[in-house]
Amino acid sequence: MSDHDADRRMLERIRAGDKSACAECIEQHSDEVYRLALRLTGHESEAEDVMQETFLSAFKAIDSFEGRSSLSTWLYRIATNTALMRTRRVQPIMISVDDPDQFGDDLPMPRPLFDWCCLPERDFETAETRAELERTIGDLPDKLKAVFVLRELEGLSTEETAETLDLSVDVVKTRLHRARLWLRERLSPYFTERARAREEG
Amino acid sequence: MDREHCRHLLSGLSEYLDGEASADLCAEIERHLAECADCRVLVDTLRKTVSLYRELPRPEMPAGARERLYTSLDLAELLAPKP
Repeated sequence: MSDHDADRRMLERIRAGDKSACAECIEQHSDEVYRLALRLTGHESEAEDVMQETFLSAFKAIDSFEGRSSLSTWLYRIATNTALMRTRRVQPIMISVDDPDQFGDDLPMPRPLFDWCCLPERDFETAETRAELERTIGDLPDKLKAVFVLRELEGLSTEETAETLDLSVDVVKTRLHRARLWLRERLSPYFTERARAREEG
Repeated sequence: MDREHCRHLLSGLSEYLDGEASADLCAEIERHLAECADCRVLVDTLRKTVSLYRELPRPEMPAGARERLYTSLDLAELLAPKP
């Protein structure tokens, strides 16, 4: 049975009010929904709220799910909208509204440029470095963050990311590239300082 | 160093790193990298940034979160031990 068929059967059971099908859906998808929510909100408790809200909304709206995308994509979409609504309460945004000009046409030329790749590998694997990497995701502009988390961290394809966020493939590629440049720029002072300290030390 | 050329190539660097750039673009970027130290550093650190994020461990749900999810959805009676 293909994933698509398996999804369809589970959906039919959820629609028919079969609670065990809801539990199956949770078992299959809650880890990914939680991770996405955590990376988008930056807080465990918020991520948990987003996860609960996502499944609640999904089960309520299950009749409107048309099955054009996969169930996973649909849940990612609900979770992304829910998370971004919460982090941007003042000015709710719908991610389906695309605004590629928001960041201007020109990519800012990165500031030079110290090659911190020379740090020993173990320095990149510490809990502190990992916490810094996670923190830096939190500072990404929301539109870049959603693309980066889905494409790079959750491993969706460019096409799946585009479908989830209702964007064109080209916009996904551009935003992924901007996100990577942005993160590199933000992380460089942190790693440069460590590399210099090591050189001097 | 030709800043205009650096800027021109910047937008193609992700495609280059992902192995999705055309042969022409790859050749152009590699010619440029051979003569531009700043862009070599940029490409190295960008590649490293991408790989650090790809290797980042996946965060797990905190203890009790799954139980609270089931309870919030009125499904607590279906809560089976996590396999």
